[in-house]
Amino acid sequence: MEMTGGQILMQTLVDEDVETIFGFPGGAVIEIYDELVKTDIQHVLVRHEQGAVHAADGYARASGKVGVCLVTSGPGATNTVTGIASANSDSIPIVVITGQVPTQLIGNDAFQEVDIVGITRPCTKHNYLVNDVNDLAGVMREAFYLARTGRPGPVLVDIPKNVVSAKTIYKPVSQVRLKSYNPTYSPNMKQLKKVANLVREARRPVIFAGGGIILSDASRELTAFAHKNHIPVTASLMGLGGFPGTDPLWLGMIGMHGTYRANMSASYCDLMIGIGVRFDDRVTGKTDAFAEQAKIVHIDIDPTSIRKNIAVSIPIVGDCKKALTRLNELLTDEDSDAMLKQKEEWLSRIDEWKSTNPLAYDQKDVIKPQYVVEKLYELTKGKAIITTEVGQNQMWAAQYYHFDRPNNFITSGGLGCMGFGLPAAIGAQMAHPDRMVVDIAGDGSIQMNIQEMATAVQYKLPVKVVILNNRFLGMVRQWQELFYGKRYASTCMDCAPDFVKLAEAYGAAGLRAEKPADVEAVLAEGMAIPGPVIMDFTVEAEEGVYPMVPAGAPITEMLLV
Amino acid sequence: MNEEKHILTMLVDNQPGVLSRVVGLFSGRGYNIESLCVAPTIDPLVSRITLVTKANLPSIEQIEKQLRKLVNVIKLRDLSGKEAVHREMALICVMAKPESRAEILRIVDIFRCKVVDIGREHYIIEVSGSTDKLNALINLLKPMGIKKIARTGAVALFREPN
Repeated sequence: MEMTGGQILMQTLVDEDVETIFGFPGGAVIEIYDELVKTDIQHVLVRHEQGAVHAADGYARASGKVGVCLVTSGPGATNTVTGIASANSDSIPIVVITGQVPTQLIGNDAFQEVDIVGITRPCTKHNYLVNDVNDLAGVMREAFYLARTGRPGPVLVDIPKNVVSAKTIYKPVSQVRLKSYNPTYSPNMKQLKKVANLVREARRPVIFAGGGIILSDASRELTAFAHKNHIPVTASLMGLGGFPGTDPLWLGMIGMHGTYRANMSASYCDLMIGIGVRFDDRVTGKTDAFAEQAKIVHIDIDPTSIRKNIAVSIPIVGDCKKALTRLNELLTDEDSDAMLKQKEEWLSRIDEWKSTNPLAYDQKDVIKPQYVVEKLYELTKGKAIITTEVGQNQMWAAQYYHFDRPNNFITSGGLGCMGFGLPAAIGAQMAHPDRMVVDIAGDGSIQMNIQEMATAVQYKLPVKVVILNNRFLGMVRQWQELFYGKRYASTCMDCAPDFVKLAEAYGAAGLRAEKPADVEAVLAEGMAIPGPVIMDFTVEAEEGVYPMVPAGAPITEMLLV
Repeated sequence: MNEEKHILTMLVDNQPGVLSRVVGLFSGRGYNIESLCVAPTIDPLVSRITLVTKANLPSIEQIEKQLRKLVNVIKLRDLSGKEAVHREMALICVMAKPESRAEILRIVDIFRCKVVDIGREHYIIEVSGSTDKLNALINLLKPMGIKKIARTGAVALFREPN
C-alpha cells in the first residue's frame, strides 16, 4: 500500500506498541503531528524539549518500555541534547525523533537547521538521518531494537520534512539485521564457575550492584543469590531498589555519599562481585585504594565497562539476570550453612560498622531536609515512585528513602542533570497513573524545568514536588564550605519565586512548611490532594550531606557529621 | 605504562558519518590518531579504515572495545604484529637544484622509488614501503629542501594463512 513517510512513521510506532509520546511541535514536524492526531497514541505536550526527553526517560524507567519523544528541527533538536546525554549515561532506552529541514536544504544553513546527528553522535547509542522514505520503516525498527537491547540507550532518528511527505509502498520490516551488533547475553560458564568457587572460599564478600540489575530485571535473582550465600549488598545510586533497602544484608549506598558501613565493607572485603556497574569515580574514589584487598568479579553486558576504571580478576560479559540465574544454579542450598559459618565474623564486623557511624541528623528548631525525606518515606510506606533533581536533594533521597523494589527510584545518575526530576516524574506518572509519584527537589534545580508544572496540570498528573528549600545551590555550597574556605561564590539563591504562589499560578496546589511540627501535616495534606502539588519546605540552609568522601580520596576517608 | 604503536584495521559501513563516529570516539575519549586511511573495499557497501594510534595496554584494550561497540564497525583487528603486511605511500616534492639532481636520483634509485614529476627546480618522488623506509628517505632528502609532502598513513592487511 502506498503511504507517506508520516504514515509509515506512525505505523512503526504502533507496531512497537508505543502508547505515549512526549513532544513539542514545530515547522519541521508539523506533518508528523498531523498524522499523530489520527492515531490512538497519546501525545503529552511538554513546555520545553528537554522536558520531553526527561519525561520519556522517566516513562522508560517506570514502565520498562522504550520511551519516545518527538521534537522539531533546530532549537527543538538542540534542546534535547541534555536529556539524551543523561539517558546515555544511565543506559535508558529512549527513541528521540527529530524533524529536519528538507533534504535539499540540508547543509545550506537553512532556517531551524542544525546537524543534530553530528551533535548527538557522542551521546547516543546510535543515531540516524533518514534520507530516503524507503529506509524509514527499517530505521525505526533498528532504532527501537538498538535502544532496548544489549546495554540500552538513547537512539535519535532525524527525519527531513520532505521524507515525511514522500510516498512509497510500505513494506513492514519484521526482523532487524545488523552486520555486527550482537550483544553477548549468555555469560561464559567457565568464568561463572570460577566465581562460584570464589564465593565458596570467600570470608569477606560483598556484592556491589548497579543499574544493570534494574535494567535486566534481575533483582529477584540478586536477592536470592545474596540470601543463599549470605553476602551483604551495596549499590551505586543507579542500583538502588535492585536489592531491598530494608533487608538485613543491605549495606546502603556506596561511594562519595555512601554509608559508613558500605564504604568500609567495600574497602575491607576479600571478594567484590560487581554486577551491572561501571565503577564510576563517584563510587570508587581513589581507584588504587578501592577494594584493594579483594578479588574483583565484574559482570556487565557492555565489554567497555569492564577494566575501564578498575582492574578485575574475573571479567564476565553478559546479561546480569542470566549470570545470576546460572550462579544460583551453581551454588546450591547445601552450601548455605557452611557459608554462613565462614562469614559470621565478617557479618558481625559489618554490624559494628553499622552502629559506629549510622546515617544521622539532629532535628531541632529548623526543618532538616533529611527529616522531610524520612517522613515522606513513612507516609508513603516506601511505596512511592521517587524522582529527584540533582545535588543534595538527590543524595538525601538516596540515603533516607529505602527502596525495596526496582524501578521506583528515578534519578539522573551519570550525567547528574539538574531539572531532571519534574519531567521524569511526569513520565513516570504517565506510565503509572494510579501510583504516588514524588519529585524530591531542591529550590535550585526545580527552577531548571519548573515550566513542566503546566504539563502536569494540563494532563491532570498528580505529581507531588517536595522542595527542600535551603536558598542555596546546596551541593556546590557544601563543597565551597569544605574545600573553598566558605566562599559561597554564586551559590546563594536568595532571590527565588514564592513556590506556593507559583504552583497556584500554574493551576496546581501549593503548600509550605516552615516548622518541623508542620512537616508531616503538609506532606499528608499534599499527598491527599488529587492533582499536582508543590510542597515547599523551608529547611536548614547550611545542612550538608554526610558521610562525604572528598573527590579523589579513598572511600574510607569519609567526612562524618 | 609504555605506549606502543598499534595499527588498527576495521571494516565499516560505507555511509556518511561513519568516519566521524570513529574519529569522534578518539577525540572525545582523549586517544590520539597518528594516521588514518579510508577507502571503499571491493564491496561498495563496506569501507576499510586503517588507523595508527599510540596507546598503553589498558588504553588500547579500551579503544578496541569502544570501536567494536560502534554499530557501523563490522570488524576490527589489531595488525601491529608480524603476521600483517604494512605499507605507507608518500609523494615528496623536493628542491632539485642542478647540483643536487644526481644525488637525488641516486637516492631514488637506492630506495626503489620513482620520480613522477620534474620541474625546473623540483622533483616529485613517489615512494611506498614501511614507515621506517619513508622516514629514512625523508631524512636523506631533507638537506636538499623538501617543499611539500603528502603521506597516506599506514595501510595494512593480515597475511592469509598458507
